[in-house]
Amino acid sequence: MPKDDGIGASTKRREDVRFLTGNGKYTDDINLRGQAHVHFLRSDVAHGRIRGIDTSAAEAMDGVLKVFTSADFESAGGLPCGWQVTDRFGQVMQEPKHPILAEGKVRHVGDPICAVVAETYEQARDAAEAIEVDIEELEPVIDMKSALADGAPKVHDDLTSNLCYDWGFVEDNKDAVNAAFETAAHVVSLELTNNRLVANPMEPRVAVGDYDPWGDSHTLYTTSQNPHVIRLLMGAFVLNIPEHKLRVVAPDVGGGFGSKIFHYAEEAFCTYAAKVLKRPVKWTSSRSEAFISDAHGRDHRTKIELALDADHNFTALRTETYANMGAYLSTFAPSIPTWLHGTLMAGNYRTPLIYVNVKAVFTNTVPVDAYRGAGRPEATFQIERLVDKAARELGVDPVELRRQNFITADQFPYQTPVAVVYDTGNYHATMDKMLELADYAGFEERRAESAKRGKLRGFGIAHYIEACGIAPSNLVGQLGARAGLYESASVRVNATGSISVYTGSHSHGQGHETTFAQVVADMIGVDASSIEIHHGDTSNTPMGMGTYGSRSLAVGGSAIVKATNKIIDKAKKIAAHLLEAAPEDIELKDGKFSVAGTDKSVDWSGVTLAAYVPHNYPLEELEPGLEETAFYDPSNFTYPSGAYGCEIELDPETGKIDILRFIAADDFGNIVNPMIVEGQVHGGLVQGIGQALMENCVYDDQGQLLSGSFMDYTMPRADDVRGFTVDHSCITPCTHNPLGVKGCGEAGAIGSPPAVVNAAIDALHRAGHTHVTHIDMPLTPARVWAAING
Amino acid sequence: MYNFELVKPSTLAEAVAALAGEDAQPLSGGQTLIPSMKARLNAPETLVSLTGIAELKGVSRSGDTLTIGAATTHADVAEQAAADFPGLAALAGQIGDPAVRNRGTIGGSLANNDPSACYPAAALGTGATIVTNTREIAADDYFQGMFTTALEEGEIITAVRFSIPQASAYAKFLQPASRFALTGVFVAQYASGVRVAVTGASENGVFRWAEAEAALSSDFTPDAIAGLSCPADEMIADLHGSAAYRAHLVGVMTRRAVIAAG
Ligand SMILES: Cc1cc2nc3c(=O)[nH]c(=O)nc-3n(C[C@H](O)[C@H](O)[C@H](O)COP(=O)(O)OP(=O)(O)OC[C@H]3O[C@@H](n4cnc5c(N)ncnc54)[C@H](O)[C@@H]3O)c2cc1C
Repeated sequence: MPKDDGIGASTKRREDVRFLTGNGKYTDDINLRGQAHVHFLRSDVAHGRIRGIDTSAAEAMDGVLKVFTSADFESAGGLPCGWQVTDRFGQVMQEPKHPILAEGKVRHVGDPICAVVAETYEQARDAAEAIEVDIEELEPVIDMKSALADGAPKVHDDLTSNLCYDWGFVEDNKDAVNAAFETAAHVVSLELTNNRLVANPMEPRVAVGDYDPWGDSHTLYTTSQNPHVIRLLMGAFVLNIPEHKLRVVAPDVGGGFGSKIFHYAEEAFCTYAAKVLKRPVKWTSSRSEAFISDAHGRDHRTKIELALDADHNFTALRTETYANMGAYLSTFAPSIPTWLHGTLMAGNYRTPLIYVNVKAVFTNTVPVDAYRGAGRPEATFQIERLVDKAARELGVDPVELRRQNFITADQFPYQTPVAVVYDTGNYHATMDKMLELADYAGFEERRAESAKRGKLRGFGIAHYIEACGIAPSNLVGQLGARAGLYESASVRVNATGSISVYTGSHSHGQGHETTFAQVVADMIGVDASSIEIHHGDTSNTPMGMGTYGSRSLAVGGSAIVKATNKIIDKAKKIAAHLLEAAPEDIELKDGKFSVAGTDKSVDWSGVTLAAYVPHNYPLEELEPGLEETAFYDPSNFTYPSGAYGCEIELDPETGKIDILRFIAADDFGNIVNPMIVEGQVHGGLVQGIGQALMENCVYDDQGQLLSGSFMDYTMPRADDVRGFTVDHSCITPCTHNPLGVKGCGEAGAIGSPPAVVNAAIDALHRAGHTHVTHIDMPLTPARVWAAING
Repeated sequence: MYNFELVKPSTLAEAVAALAGEDAQPLSGGQTLIPSMKARLNAPETLVSLTGIAELKGVSRSGDTLTIGAATTHADVAEQAAADFPGLAALAGQIGDPAVRNRGTIGGSLANNDPSACYPAAALGTGATIVTNTREIAADDYFQGMFTTALEEGEIITAVRFSIPQASAYAKFLQPASRFALTGVFVAQYASGVRVAVTGASENGVFRWAEAEAALSSDFTPDAIAGLSCPADEMIADLHGSAAYRAHLVGVMTRRAVIAAG
């Protein structure tokens, strides 16, 4: 049994007390003395040339301090892109400038043109209406394939075309892959869309810039998943502020789902304007603004093909994907459809030959970047839809086709043909577990019961693999990352034994304050209540890379383990001195140091006090104090995997799909807090189901956002789902991090969309609607009805 | 939102007087008006609140007539009409969420006449009378297309009079995002015949489906309309469904309403 608050315990989340009682401290709760407010005047056309801007009337209005245009940012850099992709011809990607305020052209609805700073937000907004912007409207490019057509209007006049890159992976495999298709016994293909999504965290983005003229130093409070990354990007590339003069604080953050990884124009604006105006400057996004200024997610069009031999073994896989970049390159945009997507195309299978082609395209739409899962949901959706289609076309059981082609438990570590090496896994085990929990055997009976009520019941399966715990820095460096991806931790033991941990990870809902304390409590054997986790402030945490890619525990937790081990080593030396024994003979158990084989012992607090009040202390050999910092750089990604089962009922009259059961059997390696893991899976499942059935970000052909509010963008709600069966008892611990953990934050959103769609197709086929081989997400009632009647 | 004056009269006469002022508009539950003001799509100089006027509130029955004050909230209708007119009470109980139902009012909904709103289906589907400070308007004359009604400038709905049907029900298919009616059908059976009103579907707002009324008047069963289909011309086509889909849903929801009423 785990200790109440050690590793393995479902300790309640300590942060929830303040969140649930309304006492969280979010960026919008920060109001600085003398603060002014900014409102951004944003483009309402998708593509246009700015012929002139007249701000004079606005500047004369009540309360207005200054109206900024791009002219005010001539000395500033553009917002940098953190990843450079090299295409299949060896050329680096086309990388346009991303100005803070539009320069010369507007490139998407929502592109900021001017920023009005005034005493109050309402004054700023009023004044923005008085600005006259003369825009010559240009024909926009919205559809990706049209954007690549000869003679298409260019989003960026200084680039050769709207093609950011044409990436091939593994380019050297291409001929062999094509040859395998020539000789295949069966070829199955599918064209599909991975729908564009808006992350919509509950808390919209906020930025407060502050400037201290006496110290010439800047502070930015922002809704970020990675304040150190923002400090580096904004300081070094945009505003030219050295790190020691720039502090970035991300306090409580109300969800991010990826959209708060990136460095945004509004952050740089508020930081800069605070210096110009010598007053704090605050921006709080409205929900409407979030729809047109937060980076969107997904938006891929793919053709995927699978070759099989006569015995139904997968022999080759190839894909052609168009990935929307939007109008500018958001911070990590180029990496998502490439290294976070192509490397996962083996899925759980032994497919020996794989070729992935991705064309990244600029369009007059909001930039697209990582969203929960980032690349892996796109990969998983293609593979698992296609395998299901293959089973149907070949007339074999979808479970059996998968099992036959699974990498087996004895094949790990497994080198895939798409560069990555899976360290552990047991896909047969997770599949078996899911089918058992789903009562797959009883499905037919339940289906018959539904049929009596005129409803079509279906069962859909998906098995996913994902790579998280991003990432070995030397590897991602070779792949084009312009950053390292280690994580950091400082463990400061206080004199009386309490412990302050400073992590480079960032919690925006994940529960780090609880989980990380459990890890340290378990290692030392003290109560978790004596441990405090600090994160989010560059002035007190070591340089860390933040939270995304399900990396916090696998990478950030490992850094904490490393630093805590250094603490324990030193504490043992101090204990050895106090107990007059050799350090090798000292054992630490339940917060007590003892000499092996004796009854001599000293408490944790006796040692910590000695460290800070070193009266009886080996000062010649050991520094006083007890504080250690560690950086951990992983040697591989981690590879969570799992089997998902979705049972639905479909109303053939209306096309409406009801999810009756959802079963997730995940292998996350070791588990620190099962309750938090389940919560993460629940959240991921809801977002994945949202993508599959409801969420859709749609532009019209003029680049106007048709789904620009919750009146038209369907967020999943509590009554859309009925609870989940979540299991994580299949454990193959990660082999290369000290906790043996893999990460669980994105799995739900990765594995669920294909399970849902497969269930719908299954229901339709069982009812005889065999002409429906695919329906593009989201499977809204209208689309399902149209597919049945099409 | 722009600045505005708020007037809170306690009698209808004061409200009418206040509305005679320049650029004044009635404010009832504010569930439609306030969001449009926040988005700066609407900017009245004066809002005249109707929610403090006792004579505009409440549900009362006299014989076969149920009268509902214009400023009665959806939640109050759901509760207070439940015994006398369960079809209407159920409709009110499905509008929005509890916060919306505790504020939004029947008068506001009918004055606004959103093409996807629920109450217009009940008013037209029962041949209700819209009572204003100056006159009484039959539902058949009141609804004049999307967001358009017979109301004159400054005219206030004071009450809605329903003649209580023998049987009735509202079947609503949700627009997935807003959860207004993608298509909603209200059916009401009277000794004189059956009325069927459809909301959410047509570009012309709420309408009566005459063929279904005729069929159901002679046989109030779902089978009676099995062969009928509503034409798709002039149906709304948008992100959430094509014109053909909405036309199809009219049939499905009418059948479901008949079943629920039966
Ligand atoms: C989240 C949400 C979900 C919703 N879901 C639904 C739904 O499912 N179905 C549905 O039908 N509706 C729905 N609504 C709309 C809701 O029912 C509104 O309450 C209703 O449409 C307007 O009523 P109100 O009392 O709020 O009017 P207000 O917003 O106060 O006013 C609306 C308009 O009517 C005018 N007005 C108000 N009262 C009178 C009067 N007595 N005489 C003349 N003019 C008047 C006002 O000047 C204004 O132009 C939803 C609203 C929200 C915010």
